[in-house]
This record gives sequence, structure tokens and C-alpha cells, in this order.
Amino acid sequence: MSRPRVAVVGAGMAGARFAQQFLAHAPGAEVTLYGAEPRGPYNRTLLVDVLTGRYDPDTVALPCGPGARVRTGCEVAAVDTAARTLRLAGGGSAGYDRLVLATGADPVLPPLRGLRAADGTLKPGVHPLRTLDDCHLLAEDASVAHRAVVIGGGVLGVSAARALAALGLPTDIVHRAPFLIERHLDEGAAAALRHGLLSLGVGVHPGRQVRALHGADRVTGAELADGPVLDTDLVVLACGARPRTGLARAAGLKAAEGIVVDDQLAASEPDVFAIGDCAEHRGTVHGLAGPAWDQADVLAARLSGAAPDATYTGSRPLARLTAGPLQYAAFGEVHEAPGTDVLRLVDATRGSYKKLVLLGDRLVGGILLGDLAAVGDLTRAFLGDHAALPADPLDLFTTTEGAAG
Amino acid sequence: MATTGSGTDTHCPYCSLQCGMRLGAHMADTVGTADEAHGGVAVLERPEFPVNRGALCGKGRTSAELLTSASRLTAPLVRDRRGGPLREATWGEALDRVAGGLTDVAERFGRDAVGVFGGGGLTNEKAYLLGKFARVVLGTANIDYNGRFCMSSAASANRAAFGLDRGLPFPLADIAHAGCVILVGANPAETMPPALRYFRELRENGGRLIVVDPRRTRTAEMADLHLRPVPGTDLALALGLLHLVIADRHVDEAFVAARTTGFEQARAVAMAHWPERAEQLTGVPVQLMRQAVEMFAGAATGMVLTARGSEQHSKGTDTVGAWINLCLATGKAGRPGSGYGCLTGQGNGQGGREHGQKADQLPGYRSLTDPAARAHVARVWGVDPATLPGPGRSAYELLDTLGQDGGVRALLLMGSNPVVSAPRAAHVTRRLRALDLLVVSDLVLSETAALADVVLPSAQWAEETGTMTNLEGRVILRQAALAPPEGVRTDLRVLRELATRLGADKGFPEDPEEVFGELRRASAGGQADYAGISYRRIRAEDGVFWPCPDEDHPGTPRLFLDRFATPDGRARFAAVPHRPAAEEPDADFPLYLTTGRVVGHYQSGAQTRRVPELAAAAPGPFVELHPRLAGRLGVAEGDLLAVTSRRGRAVAPARVTDTIRPDTVFMPFHWGGTGRANSLTNPALDPTSKMPEFKVCAVRVEKAVRVEKEVR
Repeated sequence: MSRPRVAVVGAGMAGARFAQQFLAHAPGAEVTLYGAEPRGPYNRTLLVDVLTGRYDPDTVALPCGPGARVRTGCEVAAVDTAARTLRLAGGGSAGYDRLVLATGADPVLPPLRGLRAADGTLKPGVHPLRTLDDCHLLAEDASVAHRAVVIGGGVLGVSAARALAALGLPTDIVHRAPFLIERHLDEGAAAALRHGLLSLGVGVHPGRQVRALHGADRVTGAELADGPVLDTDLVVLACGARPRTGLARAAGLKAAEGIVVDDQLAASEPDVFAIGDCAEHRGTVHGLAGPAWDQADVLAARLSGAAPDATYTGSRPLARLTAGPLQYAAFGEVHEAPGTDVLRLVDATRGSYKKLVLLGDRLVGGILLGDLAAVGDLTRAFLGDHAALPADPLDLFTTTEGAAG
Repeated sequence: MATTGSGTDTHCPYCSLQCGMRLGAHMADTVGTADEAHGGVAVLERPEFPVNRGALCGKGRTSAELLTSASRLTAPLVRDRRGGPLREATWGEALDRVAGGLTDVAERFGRDAVGVFGGGGLTNEKAYLLGKFARVVLGTANIDYNGRFCMSSAASANRAAFGLDRGLPFPLADIAHAGCVILVGANPAETMPPALRYFRELRENGGRLIVVDPRRTRTAEMADLHLRPVPGTDLALALGLLHLVIADRHVDEAFVAARTTGFEQARAVAMAHWPERAEQLTGVPVQLMRQAVEMFAGAATGMVLTARGSEQHSKGTDTVGAWINLCLATGKAGRPGSGYGCLTGQGNGQGGREHGQKADQLPGYRSLTDPAARAHVARVWGVDPATLPGPGRSAYELLDTLGQDGGVRALLLMGSNPVVSAPRAAHVTRRLRALDLLVVSDLVLSETAALADVVLPSAQWAEETGTMTNLEGRVILRQAALAPPEGVRTDLRVLRELATRLGADKGFPEDPEEVFGELRRASAGGQADYAGISYRRIRAEDGVFWPCPDEDHPGTPRLFLDRFATPDGRARFAAVPHRPAAEEPDADFPLYLTTGRVVGHYQSGAQTRRVPELAAAAPGPFVELHPRLAGRLGVAEGDLLAVTSRRGRAVAPARVTDTIRPDTVFMPFHWGGTGRANSLTNPALDPTSKMPEFKVCAVRVEKAVRVEKEVR
């Protein structure tokens, strides 16, 4: 097998990164990406700013490495791992020697009354936000809408709401959990974030649920579980994403929440691998670009022979949001646990919230919200693991960096 | 000997600024103290020379001291047996020994077993003749030089982007009139103080200065904005900045469309380095990146200038390419007041890379693999093009294989001190010791000369005439102010005498102007075309900028104003993603080491360490570390630290300062011995430029075991 054919199913961020890295290690290799979307890979983390118009849709394209073949609008219907072939939805098939599943995730559609129109599609005015196409449709709709409701107050929900508000739409976030972005933030940080959103024209309704969408031809309101109805003619669904595992399951690959992979990123059949949002590693589906790229890098190094023994043992969780003037960095374990020391600085006037979680002399987690001057040092101290922490951890809140002279 | 009323106009022996100075005896005009008058000459101001307008740094002011220094070599030295002592010899004996040894090795191991290692401090005439000597007399492919350790990454990126490599595409003085300058991995406050005036004037004129450096250097102190990336992450930073240029709509669409190619590929790579990701890689907050982009893109004109900090990496070429992208995307190239430039390091770093002492090059910046170039140069040399060897090994590769099967067995080394300056220096030292014959031409017994079998005492800058090409591409003339001492010979004479002994009694003139005449013909039609430059013109015009194809041509102070030097006239974007350093910190070696310079010393220090005033100001190496790290290690100022990498160990006292990142330590590289920074550095090479990764490796730092005596 002098020139193995590498097939990548999914031309999203993980697939593109894998191809680019693989070809950097093995120039001239035969790599084909199969993408269901009509366009090549693009940077999904920038979608919300495509919505605000900061980026042209064409601008956010990602490189796949020289010589990679990208088959767009080419959905893979089935995988035969025994015969090592892909059956394509549009007809025909393609062989492979190594298969990388990077199928990503689908937006979760909440079980709401009135979510869909009679024909089964989403009711006009109701939008997911996962792809550039979603983004186009949402932007079009936003230009004629008057009020928006975002269902879900995670990272996507918060940034989408900020974007809609920036487009001039009064916007409300309805969030099931007791505070925003509970996956990355603690209650104090979420409160500061909520305050910041309010100043941008975004209302936040934590601990509430939408149970139905009103409107016949088009959405007219969102009815909360406890009765009230929020008037709206635009609804964005930001209720999380679910790993896209159908193809893998049908091929007999082991899948739990995601396609189960080991430290080699190998799935349960030989020469089949999975990376990114569709993959479940040591029980975790990361759903963030950083870990997806870490996985892509390891797999590319392994399969290209550049580092055949490379393994993926997990990523240090680091979330970083910039939503217009709102920004935060959150990393590691942000909640107090037995044995940890917690340092917290809250400046309500300036809307900043800073927290560090220490275990002995190790930095195990933290949040910076509002004032991110120290983000460079802190991020590196956390990611670097080996670097020196100051004798007085309070020093971590400050930085010696910045304007000189 | 051309002199003016009060002395001889010439230039400093050190860095690439090649500051104008006058050597004379009139004590009233002496820049330094009376003590600085030596051998009948004193360093005087030469205010009319445009680059430095009379200003000199401490190195330049004291440069005449070495002319009469007791540490100067005044007779050849030979070693009779391996491990034996060096003893004085006559020139006849020494040169016979060299010629015999080179011949013997060539006969036993083939011509490529004879190697030549040159230097970026050699005059154009010497560099040219050394290349000719290697290819015509020795017939070896293996000639390279220490410039490979200097600006080679900038050179390869320049050629890739613009089709031509000249350090600065504009005179240095243009800096003062730019709207914004980004200085990357450059610390002119320490490395070329007389250039600082242009950065001060820039700010006085309302321009902004951004400095990118992991240390808050004296240069960074004077900046409007200092970005402090983790060592080895400049590429990610440049990509993050390009991303912001695109996202915040600062792209000069008209310029990109009219004068560049490859933007879309570069844009796609920038999209893969969105600001928050660049922040994680570099440790530079997004907010500061945005400020930098607003300053740079918001200015009407702008420059990016890089130096070794950004270039001496295993991804140096790509890193410089990414900085060039920033100029291209914002339309800041090929226009007055704008462009990318490299602050070259060595005195003749520019000319030294143009005229054939580089492994892959022929005079005039011609390629050794281009048949037309070979034919042209062979015609000037009067040889059959087929006899010219092909490209040889790059500097580190050459040193790494010394004394090995298939490697070089006999080495002629001029103007370099790799025992101190090469990466993984302990290994390089072992390789030098393994040679059958090491010949070193130097003015003092440098650390490398001390290992030699034959040491040839050479003349100094003030004792011989020759041209240099400074960082601007300005060809300048050093003029002899006095004769070399008894027993000392010029390198040109040595080459002629060796050539004669090796059977070439023509083609190696001793007179520099005659050599320059031949260089002009050899360079004619090449990229670095010197055909129209003469000693007479240089004297009359304060230097002449190449290319200068004929005597009526005014020279070219500013390049690329109409077109770039690529075949289609367009500059090329580089589509290069970030990648980690060859060696990143881990549990065993948890810190970054970066290396650099101090103001008092030049390169390996062979000259400046022997000037008492400079040695007193900067007597030895040190390890710079942040108070946070010092606290963690229990280290106080002055404590002796052992710094260990996978390649070796260096010991030097601690210097605790908050001007450095807490995850990084810094060592200056001017010293040999136990404090040698290059004992630690990583020879991982850039795939294109073959530049070693001097500027980042992983180390461990501990307190050195205390000896009885307190060492300071």
C-alpha cells in the first residue's frame, strides 16, 4: 500500500484540519473529503460574525492542504468497512484504505409544540444555526423581523443573541438551566454576563423553558412553560448539538453518545477513525474546535507516519468567547471542589469577573470575564502545565504585558 | 590610500549598519577618550555619512583598540601533532602545511572532503574570492558560511515573496517617515544603537512603533505597543493579525488585486488562525492584537521589520512569509514609506550572501543550479562550466558531518567562530576536533582558532580596503588607514598564495579593487548587480545601492516601486500554517530558552570581549528569568544557575527581571566556556533556509551546585 487512499467523511473543521496536517506531513498523498454541504470547509466558529456581517461568507473558507480533493454536496450514504467502500447518496461508490469519520454534529431540535409547519419542516421564522446555509436564511429573516427569541443560553445562544441585538433586534434568551453557559461558567460569571447582555439589548430568562411556538404561517410567539408568551417573529434554536453517528452505527461501528474511539482515535473496525464533534473519547464528546483540532493533529501525525505512535489522551478544556464587547475565557475546573483554593475578583461597576481555582500550587481552572488583560499569561499557564505559577497566585490576575513607552 | 583632510573615511568593523567613521590622529575630534588612539589611529566622527550621521555605539567607538591589542595574532601558528600545543611558524611553513593538507585530504577522500566556511563579516571581495577559490581551486561543493545562522530565513522568504532578497528595500532613513513600524524579534537598542534615531524620529513625526518580542527589551520600552508572544509563536501571531486585518476590513483590495498573487490561499490559512486561537498559541491577548492591527492598518504607510528573533526558527522562512503577508494584505509594500525589511546582523550579512560563499550560490545572487548562471560565471572565471561543483551542504549540515564518512575532513575557516556561535555547540566542537585538518584565519585566537592545526593571522578592517554591503543594500567602501603589523597578512593575499601553491597562479589578485572589478563582471546581469559600482563612485556618492547595472545607472535606493522582481511582477502571498517549535517544553524540560545579544558585544564576542571597556561593561553571560519563576525556584539575583537542555548544560548567574515572560529564560550568546548559550540550542533546521532554531528550545533551570567560593 504505497499510496493509501484516505477518505474523510465530513468536510467541516475537523476534516479540513486533518487533511491539511496530513498533507503537510505527507505531501502528494491521496486525501478525499466528502462533504454534504455545497461548499468546502469553513470556520464554523466564525458563523455568528458572518451573521453580523463582519465576515463575508466566502471569506471564512479553511485550507485543506495542497492536493486534497474536496467533494462538496456529496453525502456518504453508507460505509462498508469490510469492503472498504463508501456508497454515495448521489450514486456511485468510492474505495478507501483508511477512513476518517469527521461527520460532526446536528443541532438538537427541542420537542416543542408548534416547532414545525404542516409539511414537517421548521416553521417559518424558526432557525437552527449550524451551517453557512442556516446563517444565510437566518440573516435574511432577521432583516424583516422585529423581535427575536433564542432558545438556549449556551455559547451559541449567547453569541447568536448578541449578534441579533447588534443587527437591531430586541432579543430574549430563554435558558433552561439556572444560569447562562453553565458548561463553562459559574453563577457569578453568568450573572456578570447577563448584565452585559442586558446593556446590549438582550434579555435573559434563566431557569425557564419554552414549551410551544405560536403562529400559523410564521412564528408569532414563544410560550414559556409557566405560561407567559414572548412575542417574537424570529426564533433561533441553540439547544446544543448531537454527534452525527447514524452512518457509523449503520456500518456497525460502536457508538454511544458519539462514535467511540480509543487513544489512537480508532473506531471499532480496522482502519476506521473518528475525530471532532462526532467522536467520543474516554466517554467525552468535546464539541469544541480546539479538541477537534488536537485530535486531527494526532491522527494526521499517526496516519502519515510522521509520528506513528502519537496518541490522543484528551484536551485541556479552554473556552474562549468573543461576542462583540462581551468576552470571556474559561478553562479547566471552574467549580470549587474539596481541597481547592478559590480566588475571586468581582468588579460590578466595570462588569468584570475573575476567578481562579488552585489545587495546591497548580492552576486547575479559572474564568476571566470582562477584563481579559491577563488572558495571555493565564491561558499559557494553564495549557503549559509546566510553567511556573507565582508564589502569590494573586499575581495571576495582573499582567505585565501591554502598552509600553 | 584615500584620505580626507583629517583622516581616512571608512566604516565600523561590526554590524550591518556599517556606520561611517573616520580614522585619524587628530585627538581634538576623537569621539572617545585619548586612550582610544591606537597604532596611530583614533576613531573620529564622520557626520556627513547618511546612515549614522556621525553617531557610533560603544563598540564602534572602541573599535580601534583591537588594532594594537596584545591579544592580536602576529604570526602563524601550527600544531605538530593532535593534542599538541600551537607554536609559531613562518608563513611559508604554515601555507605549505595548509596546501599540503588540503591536497592530501582531497586525494584520499575526494574533493568534496575539503570544506570552506566563510563569514558574514568578510568584505565582498573576500567572500567573492573565497567562493571562487572553493569552486575553482579546491573544486569542492562544500562551502557555506555563518550567514546561514543569521538572516537566511528572511532571505528565502524575501525571494519567495518578492523574487529578490535585499535586507531593506528602502534606505534606513525612510523608517522615520513611516506611519507605523512593526519590529519583530529585533532589538536595535542593543544590537545597532545608532539606528535607534530613526525609530525615535518615527515617533516624533507621529508614527507608531509596535515591538514584538518575548522580552520587554530596551527597544520594546520605547514602543507604543509591545506584543509578547511565547517564543516560537510569531507565525501564529502574524496569522492572527492577518485574520483581524481581513475580519476588520482592512484589506487593500485594489493593491491585492493589482500587485499580488495568492491572497485567497493565505486568507484561508488566516481563517484557520482566528484571534482567540492565536491568543492560545501565542499568549498575546486578542485585545492587543486588535490594537496592533488598528495601528498598522490605520496608518497610511507601514513597515514590518524582522530580525533574528523571528527568523532563527525551524519555521523561520514561513514566519517571515507571514509577516510579509501582513504588508501585502494592507497594501504596505512596493510603495514609498512602506515595505517589509530584514535588519541584517553581520557587517556584510548582505553582501556576504550575494557573491558565492553560500552553498547554493554564485556571484550576483545567481543560482548554482541555473545553467545560464553557471555559464556566465564560468566565463568570467575562465573555466568550463561543467567543472563547477553543484550545491553543497548548508552550514550546520556541513559542521555536523565534519570528520565523518562522506563529510568534510579538512576545513578552511575564515571570519567565523562556530565553537561559540553554532547551535549544539558542544557537538560542533567535537566535530571540529575530528577533522584531519582545521585551518582558521582570524585576528585573535578565537575559541575555534584554538582548536586549529594551522592559524593564520589576518589583517583587520582598518588595515585593508574592501567593500561591504550594508543592511540597506548600500555598497560602501572600507579604506585602509594603516598597514597591518609585521607578520599579519590580508585574507586576499592568503588566498592568492594558497591558490598558487595549489596550482592556480592566476585569477586570485591581492589588490581588492582588482578583485572588485572581477566581482562586478561576475555579478553583471544577476539580481545583485554591481556592474556599475566602482570605488570611485562609492567615495563620491556615500555608497551605491544595488542593483546598479552600469556606470550611468544611479543605483536603486528603493526597490519594487513599479513592480516586484517576480516573473509576473506581482508579490506572492505565503500560505503557511503555524506549527510548533521543533522542541516544546515538557515535564523534564519545562521552560523555553531564547537567546540574544547585549549592547556591548558583537556576535561570538571574539573581538569585543577583548576590548577592556566592553568587557568591563558586559563581563560574562547570565540567565534572565522572571521574579515569578525565580521565586518558584528559590533563586536570588546572582545565584549561579545551571540551564540544561537535551544537548548540554550551561552555567551562569541569575539576572531576575520582570521584563521576560515567566515561562521563558534568556541567555546572551557572546561567550564560550561553561556559560555558552549555544551548548543548549537546538540545531533543528528550517527546511528551506537551513536556519537552525537558535531562538527556542526547551530547558530545565536549577541552582548550580555551590562551590566554596561565591561566584559572581
